[in-house]
Amino acid sequence: MNRNNWLLLKHGIVIDPSQGIEQEPMDILVEDGRISAIGHQIPPPGSADSGEILDLTGKWVVPGLIDIHVHLREPGQEYKETIETGTRAAAAGGFTAVASMPNTSPPNDSAEITRSILARAKEKGSCRVYPVAAITKGQAGESLTEFGDLLDAGAIAFSDDGLPVSDAAVMRLAMEYSLNFHALIISHAEELSLSRNGCMNLGNVSTRLGLRGIPAAAEEIAIFREIKLAELTGARLHIAHVSTKGSIEIIRRAKEQGVRVTAESAPHYFTLTEEAVEGYNTFAKMNPPLRTEQDREAIIQALADGTLDAIATDHAPHDILEKECEFEAAANGIIGLETALPLTLELVEQGAITPLRMVELISTAPASIIRQDGGSLKQGSPADITVIDPETEYEITRDLFRSRSFNSPFLGRRVRGRAALTICQGRITHQLSR
Amino acid sequence: MEQLKIRHILGLRDMSAEEIGFILDTAESLKPILHRHIKKVPPLRGRTIVTLFFEPSTRTKLSFELAAKRLSADTVGISKSMSSVVKGETLIDTTRNIQAMKPDIIVMRHSMAGAPHLIARHVDCSVINAGDGINEHPSQALLDMLTIRDHFGSLKGLKVAIIGDITHSRVAHSNIIGLQKMGARVAVCGPGTMLPPGLAAEGVEVMMRVEEAIEDADVIMALRIQRERQGLPLFPSQREYARKFGINNRRLRAAKENAIIMHPGPINRGVELAPDVADSGRSLILDQVTNGVAVRMALFSLLIAESGDERSPDMERQV
Repeated sequence: MNRNNWLLLKHGIVIDPSQGIEQEPMDILVEDGRISAIGHQIPPPGSADSGEILDLTGKWVVPGLIDIHVHLREPGQEYKETIETGTRAAAAGGFTAVASMPNTSPPNDSAEITRSILARAKEKGSCRVYPVAAITKGQAGESLTEFGDLLDAGAIAFSDDGLPVSDAAVMRLAMEYSLNFHALIISHAEELSLSRNGCMNLGNVSTRLGLRGIPAAAEEIAIFREIKLAELTGARLHIAHVSTKGSIEIIRRAKEQGVRVTAESAPHYFTLTEEAVEGYNTFAKMNPPLRTEQDREAIIQALADGTLDAIATDHAPHDILEKECEFEAAANGIIGLETALPLTLELVEQGAITPLRMVELISTAPASIIRQDGGSLKQGSPADITVIDPETEYEITRDLFRSRSFNSPFLGRRVRGRAALTICQGRITHQLSR
Repeated sequence: MEQLKIRHILGLRDMSAEEIGFILDTAESLKPILHRHIKKVPPLRGRTIVTLFFEPSTRTKLSFELAAKRLSADTVGISKSMSSVVKGETLIDTTRNIQAMKPDIIVMRHSMAGAPHLIARHVDCSVINAGDGINEHPSQALLDMLTIRDHFGSLKGLKVAIIGDITHSRVAHSNIIGLQKMGARVAVCGPGTMLPPGLAAEGVEVMMRVEEAIEDADVIMALRIQRERQGLPLFPSQREYARKFGINNRRLRAAKENAIIMHPGPINRGVELAPDVADSGRSLILDQVTNGVAVRMALFSLLIAESGDERSPDMERQV
């Protein structure tokens, strides 16, 4: 807490899946970085000048949003994003924690790099940073990194994100070894021999645009492999950025059979389709690629019914030079931290998910997948809190972004709803000026 | 129609049937120039056309350059090995620099789909796509359509069979789009490894046997095939391709009696086309090449007329 000893959030509409609170007007008292009380008509704990009271009438108060799939680009690609700018973007988007993917340069495959990321986050960060370490040394897909050492240094999961672990035997070893540490394996599921050379979804649109396509099967085959290996080894598996209907069917069946698997999708997969590539729009290029309307609908359905556990952005900042070029040569990925909340609120507005389910998808479930604090407003929890103004309408513009990059296909989109206030460990990290 | 509405020739996808017809009519009217003793007229005198070929080409590049010279335009050409692209300059910077030297038209071939569309957004002059990746090759399809129209009088109601590597052929893509817009039926056939998704949805008849594709066809267009595309062989052997997908006289019996044979070149003799078919009276392959110059002359004159400057009085007389 800045100058204040306490912070009292009055009259907000609390939504907290961890306590089954669904849109109930309540007060929350924050003291010493923790939630010291949640209830009705909480009195201020001291005189008016020793703390601050915020009237949040009409606002939603939810556990801090958690994005378990973010590229902060530091070390090595600071021209795209830094831990400082990336976490500032996170706070502005309502996030109190992000998991940072290891495909930096050098990749996060050693305790030393993990520690340097955490030190940097402590010094410059506006939210919690949970480093995800590489599964294999140099993300080369060959030999395992030192899982034990990396976890001791603060890594929270393992992934070769950006690159799949091509060799099934290596993935099997990783899963077997993860058992010693109860570690989470996050899979970027892609069968490279099928996706290679492709730059968008394979289908009618790729034929129309004369672009080489990536079949849905490239993702589905890889997810099926990971699930079978998780079944074989008993490892805890999380599937990143699910984009196809077929993938969802495979995950649904695995869950029914009791495989320990969770999965996420990203706002662009439930908002856009391959049609967005029209005109060779490099801001609509990512991996996995945008798919068809059927896939989009299946993802929304899976977010609602629990087949998909979480929404994560795959925030992937790139410099404009890497996007303002030939489509086939353009970098994969878009930024997402500052657009995730309004895009997810579109699902609520459409009636596809309830506000409670939304908070579960973007806060409670991500916390439980990575087994970290957060995702709850229970008394005694760390004060990671997001206040949402669900009504404010605005256009997504470049100057809105705190991220160092602006590679977003949502520029120019009219949206509704925004983080009005973000509190991380009791500290205000973002406040919308009125 | 007196003028083109579009400023660039990026693909037949962006053109209406009316515009395609107008270009073909204009090409038709320019064709006599190619048969004179002195094959040069003045309408584009003082105009500059830059050809930027980032992929190897002999006939297309030559055809564009001859077309420009027939109309008295000045042409300058750059190929990839001579350009600053090899020094690491971006495509946008390269074309902006060329733009700064004030050409009227840039003709570009590039290995990546959408590259001409990208530069068209960054330059003031007109851009002609001379082939972008596996996307489109609009001037080739226009010359093919001109050849067919010359022979049959119209494209409407004809059946055109395109045989070969449909996935990787920008010629096939532009022809499919253009022919359908002009009222022709299109059937395709080739190895399953070379048939992209989504064609049936666009109204193309996708056949697995060549005989079915060319049944009752008025036009048979064979495409150049390459066995290896980015590593993996897409069919087992040229021998088997010739046996199962090559156009020979026996197979041609399924087509209409007066059917014509076309090929965008260069031909793998004995693979896509049996030699006696390629050289037969029904082969219009060399007419395609001649018509290529006429079509490109039409594109140049129409784009420059459209560019808004004073319309040359010479041109009024010629066109």
